[in-house]
Amino acid sequence: MAGYKPVAIQTYPILGEKITQDTLYWNNYKTPVQIKEFGAVSKVDFSPQPPYNYAVTASSRIHIYGRYSQEPIKTFSRFKYTAYCATFRQDGRLLVAGSEDGGVQLFDISGRAPLRQFEGHTKAVHTVDFTADKYHVVSGADDYTVKLWDIPNSKEILTFKEHSDYVRCGCASKLNPDLFITGSYDHTVKMFDARTNTSVLSVEHGQPVESVLLFPSGGLLVSAGGRYVKVWDMLKGGQLLVSLKNHHKTVTCLCLSSSGQRLLSGSLDRKVKVYSTTSYKVVHSFDYAASILSLALAHEDETIVVGMTNGILSVKHRKSEAKKESIPRRRRPAYRTFIKGKNYMKQRDDILINRPAKKHLELYDRDLKHFRISKALDRVLDPTCTIKTPEITVSIIKELNRRGVLANALAGRDEKEISHVLNFLIRHLSQPRFAPVLINAAEIIIDIYLPVIGQSPVVDKKFLLLQGLVEKEIDYQRELLETLGMMDMLFATMRRKEGTSVLEHTSDGFPENKKIES
Amino acid sequence: MVDEETIRVVRCGGSELNFRRAVFSADSKYIFCVSGDFVKVYSTVTEECVHILHGHRNLVTGIQLNPNNHLQLYSCSLDGTIKLWDYIDGILIKTFIVGCKLHALFTVAQAEDSVFAIVNKEKPDIFQLVSVKLPKSSSQEVEAKELSFVLDYINQSPKCIAFGNEGVYVAAVREFYLSVYFFKKKTTSRFTLSSSRNKKHAKNNFTCVACHPTEDCIASGHMDGKIRLWRNFYDDKKYTYTCLHWHHDMVMDLAFSVTGTSLLSGGCESVLVEWRDATEKNKEFLPRLGATIEHISVSPAGDLFCTSHSDNKIIIIHRNLEASAVIQGLVKDRSIFTGLMIDPRTKALVLNGKPGHLQFYSLQSDKQLYNLDIIQQEYINDYGLIQIELTKAAFGCFGNWLATVEQRQEKETELELQMKLWMYNKKTQGFILNTKINMPHEDCITALCFCNAEKSEQPTLVTASKDGYFKVWILTDDSDIYKKAVGWTCDFVGSYHKYQATNCCFSEDGSLLAVSFEEIVTIWDSVTWELKCTFCQRAGKIRHLCFGRLTCSKYLLGATENGILCCWNLLSCALEWNAKLNVRVMEPDPNSENIAAISQSSVGSDLFVFKPSEPRPLYIQKGISREEVQWGVFVPRDVPESFTSEAYQWLNRSQFYFLTKSQVTAPLKKGSHFLLAEESLPTTPFYFILGKHRQHQDEKLNETLENELVQLPLTENIPAVSELLHTPAHVLPSAAFLCSMFVNSLLLSKETKSAKEIPEDVDMEEEKESEDSDEENDFIEKVQDTNNTGLGEDIIHQLSKSEEKELRKFRKIDYSWIAAL
Repeated sequence: MAGYKPVAIQTYPILGEKITQDTLYWNNYKTPVQIKEFGAVSKVDFSPQPPYNYAVTASSRIHIYGRYSQEPIKTFSRFKYTAYCATFRQDGRLLVAGSEDGGVQLFDISGRAPLRQFEGHTKAVHTVDFTADKYHVVSGADDYTVKLWDIPNSKEILTFKEHSDYVRCGCASKLNPDLFITGSYDHTVKMFDARTNTSVLSVEHGQPVESVLLFPSGGLLVSAGGRYVKVWDMLKGGQLLVSLKNHHKTVTCLCLSSSGQRLLSGSLDRKVKVYSTTSYKVVHSFDYAASILSLALAHEDETIVVGMTNGILSVKHRKSEAKKESIPRRRRPAYRTFIKGKNYMKQRDDILINRPAKKHLELYDRDLKHFRISKALDRVLDPTCTIKTPEITVSIIKELNRRGVLANALAGRDEKEISHVLNFLIRHLSQPRFAPVLINAAEIIIDIYLPVIGQSPVVDKKFLLLQGLVEKEIDYQRELLETLGMMDMLFATMRRKEGTSVLEHTSDGFPENKKIES
Repeated sequence: MVDEETIRVVRCGGSELNFRRAVFSADSKYIFCVSGDFVKVYSTVTEECVHILHGHRNLVTGIQLNPNNHLQLYSCSLDGTIKLWDYIDGILIKTFIVGCKLHALFTVAQAEDSVFAIVNKEKPDIFQLVSVKLPKSSSQEVEAKELSFVLDYINQSPKCIAFGNEGVYVAAVREFYLSVYFFKKKTTSRFTLSSSRNKKHAKNNFTCVACHPTEDCIASGHMDGKIRLWRNFYDDKKYTYTCLHWHHDMVMDLAFSVTGTSLLSGGCESVLVEWRDATEKNKEFLPRLGATIEHISVSPAGDLFCTSHSDNKIIIIHRNLEASAVIQGLVKDRSIFTGLMIDPRTKALVLNGKPGHLQFYSLQSDKQLYNLDIIQQEYINDYGLIQIELTKAAFGCFGNWLATVEQRQEKETELELQMKLWMYNKKTQGFILNTKINMPHEDCITALCFCNAEKSEQPTLVTASKDGYFKVWILTDDSDIYKKAVGWTCDFVGSYHKYQATNCCFSEDGSLLAVSFEEIVTIWDSVTWELKCTFCQRAGKIRHLCFGRLTCSKYLLGATENGILCCWNLLSCALEWNAKLNVRVMEPDPNSENIAAISQSSVGSDLFVFKPSEPRPLYIQKGISREEVQWGVFVPRDVPESFTSEAYQWLNRSQFYFLTKSQVTAPLKKGSHFLLAEESLPTTPFYFILGKHRQHQDEKLNETLENELVQLPLTENIPAVSELLHTPAHVLPSAAFLCSMFVNSLLLSKETKSAKEIPEDVDMEEEKESEDSDEENDFIEKVQDTNNTGLGEDIIHQLSKSEEKELRKFRKIDYSWIAAL
């Protein structure tokens, strides 16, 4: 006593890239805004506080942009040499930057001149960062040293000379004010503790390290260098968790999405890849015009900012979702009707009886259930259905054929209706996945409407079009068969190994040659 | 009850529940239905079988409540007895021996000491309604020979007889007329439909009849779907009838409710129609009952109806047209394509069920467990429609996977083929569709098997098809970060010289795959999918193929259509033994080395049980069934038995079930049933060797065959040709060696042997050989046929000296060639 079983719609695998939640999410950005900077953009950093401005370091300038502004709202240009690594403090009010000449400068966002200047490095400072307690600055320089500075009295507190090559990247822990990490061209990433004067941990990346990143929890460390992105488990004493090799060229920058679920890496191969942080598989990839040097994501992933070697800053904003709400909604039954009895608490002796869920049937299924076959066919021959989902139309035609009523459903149509059917046939007859069903339908139509042919010029034209299509297809299949024959002959001349069998292609051609008399 | 030392065939299930109308007990607590030789008592509430009333020795044909005592039940059977039962305790009270075949039984409350029955005394197709007087006696068995004739020349079916209005009259219908017999007046009135007399193809034959319980009104159902209500039939002239028409096809059964206010009708639409007040307007429907309604009955209390359906099911329906219970037996109204399988989990028997379904049937409780909807499409019942058929199914990986194949072929070129793979879900305790493969092959799939080795980490499935390929499907991980998923993909496609692949089979450990291509068996390595070796016996197409198990795992068995059973040794790659046996069913026992084969002859089917290691049967049972055995299967026992006798030890751990095909043309439509081989009668001599068996039967057949083949060239007498044809292909030297000799031997040569002049262009000859190969195959087949007749006889070799020389030369070459390997 089963209910009506809906028609099984034949599904076909979608070719090309698979559509996943991630592709939808990461494609949901507007076309990028391009801003030309003076030189290669080496660092982009978002302010952690609203209104989420971002600092862009390029050449000897630091520009601060508002979220939607295309012009910088503020510029720090008092560098003699190239500036590096302009970074906001956690409260968004101070900015620190390194310089080619070995100086580290601290700026107030509202001011112009540097508040503090930390002198001590002898060579270019490529990385600077604030520690978690906000009162210290960590810097790494090409003189192989890492220094910790005190902001209030602008003094050097500690110097670490453990690296044996340029220190090019680093970051401070967000939780512990004493911990920070630096990566160097000596292929190592070291974790320093301000309380001990020495590094507490060192991991071997294997390539010059270009970028490091700590997860918000501090448990995982990501390092990028060469073509590799490596993830280390800090709590296990720096054990390698996973090594990712998805880029063709050196990976230059790393960034976490705001939810912490996705890791982004930018590379000189002009791609940004998005990884899942649970499986470390690439879930999405962006293409850019030039090699990427820096990358940053705004709060809630609202904006992706990418800086490139050619000085172009590409800014992508998320599409707003408010627009779709504006479509006037159909009036529905009042809310009361839905919640009626819903909040009734089950008493002790009550027996809960679930009403069987009502199965939703498509309109064509409802017609078929009541044996309204012509109506069901009309419904799926509607242009909205045939263009968007031709497989539904074909499945219904197949189902009618299975029920043995296809001829009945196709008969008795006027000029307009039959031209709908013919249009559909002309469009889809030559597709191999639909051909077996549609050839049969075409034969039935020709049988039915043969006596009345010549009465309507519109329909006659369609028939001629169909005839031309079939002839073209037959020619095409013949050519294919000829090619196949030639290939067979070529294969036959070659000696085959014993015991192996070779798959042969068989073409499912059009066996019927239809004669359309018009 | 069962003698320890005998094996017998027991009919153990699958009997029809829908053979006759079911009968309710007076309090509606129980429902009775005939089921083969038994009467089954079901509870209407729990659907459980409460009692099975054993006692009749032939098909039970009718049951009725005793009108004088509502706790008793009458039943009649083809064995010529009427039995009175106490159905609450399931006890036989009395047996009345009538002495002739009884086809139906009726009781009337007013006729206290007699019942009515349909008998056929003289001719096989003339049936009579008689009244049987049941003598009062205290003894258990009473002769009831006092028959009084009521109506002659009636329809056999009890649906065509109805007693009306407190037994005042009886109505009977046959073909185009309705006859009413009045008991008091002792007269018969006959009514015919006016339109039916002159028209030849009139479709208003009567099909069934029912009488109103209180009024003088007879309802009759017709072939064209009309129901006619006859009134005023006391008068031959002034009778009237009204017509009710809803059914589009034959009305299968009619029943009045107890009060007579409504009339129930049903047909092949599987819709129960209730006509209120006998008017066309007031009708209620209960649709979607699943299959054709064959019988309708009404409980005496009036609160329940029940419908019997063609798919062996009884539905109990409340007065307000709500189905309340379903009693489902084994569905068998279509042909079984899938064969018999055992679900490794539930140990239930699995086979085709309702259209598009696979049924799981418990052999222990003779009850259907559940139906699995495979095709998942609306079933449209219309004559002449080509339905999608479920053709193949197989269980794999200890019941974790189920593979099914469905096909629909409208024309030669239009084949729709779909393979579905179902995964067992532990949470829902059922199979869930995992992968759907459209057109897995270009042509029909002939065989399907899973690799069931215990250690195999990756589920593997092999399908063989008529398109000449076999495909290996493996389970692959299809999961991504969003969801975990597995799916099946094709891993390897193999073929062998474009022959049709007919069977496939994995060895027990899963290391080898055997695929038969018509006459040739190929062995493939399941790791690398390399062709390891081929066996060819030239004894007809392979019909069954199976590997030996346990200690006999080095043997491969094949049964051919020409009636040869071959056993190959996989270690030596040679034929171990062969025997002449026309095998219909070959099934290996999963728990032992034994293999059961059922052979078919004109007399009946014989069962042989043997081990592949020796060509000597462990056990033979002749004539297990007169009908053709369709399928067989070993079912493992839950508790092992311990038969001491050597001959019965094969039944220690498994039971053997088989399914026969019933003859549809037989007057009694007996649904096919399972037969279980257990414990039997005579000890058969064991020295009986299979090879000798049935030779005497086949000789006659072969003689006729020989006569047909007289026109063919007598090639079997030429030794060169027979040598060529009998040597397996894989040990033959290259065709260039043989070609000249072969061509020479075909020439109708005189004594002058100067045939060496054939140019020795090797390439050309090779080409020719390959060109000829197709024709040659046909040719070989025929030749092989004739050779079979001479099996055991000496072939008269007509060797000429030069040919002998040639042959010797060839032998030398042959050996050197082998040594070179």
